[in-house]
Amino acid sequence: MSPVAFTVFFCTLLGAAFLCLYRLQKGPTAPDRMVAVDMLSTLLVGLCVLHALKTRTDFYLNIAIAWALLSFIGTIALAKYLEGKALDE
Amino acid sequence: MSSVAYFLIGGGVLFELFGAIGLVRLPDVYTRLQSATKCVTLGTCLILAGAAVGNPSAAFIVKAVLCGVFITLTFPTGAHALARGSHLGGVKLWEKSVGDAYDEVAEEIRQRDEAGVEDAPV
Repeated sequence: MSPVAFTVFFCTLLGAAFLCLYRLQKGPTAPDRMVAVDMLSTLLVGLCVLHALKTRTDFYLNIAIAWALLSFIGTIALAKYLEGKALDE
Repeated sequence: MSSVAYFLIGGGVLFELFGAIGLVRLPDVYTRLQSATKCVTLGTCLILAGAAVGNPSAAFIVKAVLCGVFITLTFPTGAHALARGSHLGGVKLWEKSVGDAYDEVAEEIRQRDEAGVEDAPV
């Protein structure tokens, strides 16, 4: 990938991540912040894939897969917390 | 890297940006959840497809397809759980919303919980 195209893609994703951080800071309720965190983790998967493509090492794709699964577990746990129940209920 | 890969990755990055703009601009949790899920899942899958096209080594393609399958399975499920949790947790809809189809089901779940019935429907 040419360096210019990589920089453009990377900066666009970073801008989207800063928009997520704005929503994370603004709120106004707890679920809003959780949606922002959920989306931020998805953006990080995209950033990992772009970095893997830039450095031509597939190791970063392993990180992307592990990150996607871990953020899923975190989202499920937080959703159960919002509902006001324990994890095994 | 071929122009197809550039097209796929550029489209995916744009979708993610639109999802982030929707996350900031939309009025309540449920509409924000829609932009944060639909746009971003499609955008990430497009980036993964572009990575698989742009670096055609076997390990790259296998891992990109695996990651895409995980993402299409897990992110909509997580968003569904978030919407259910915030509805049962009592987050209100936007005041201009026209309807709430989930309200009856949520009311049923609450009544079962209060009655202490085991094995409530998920």
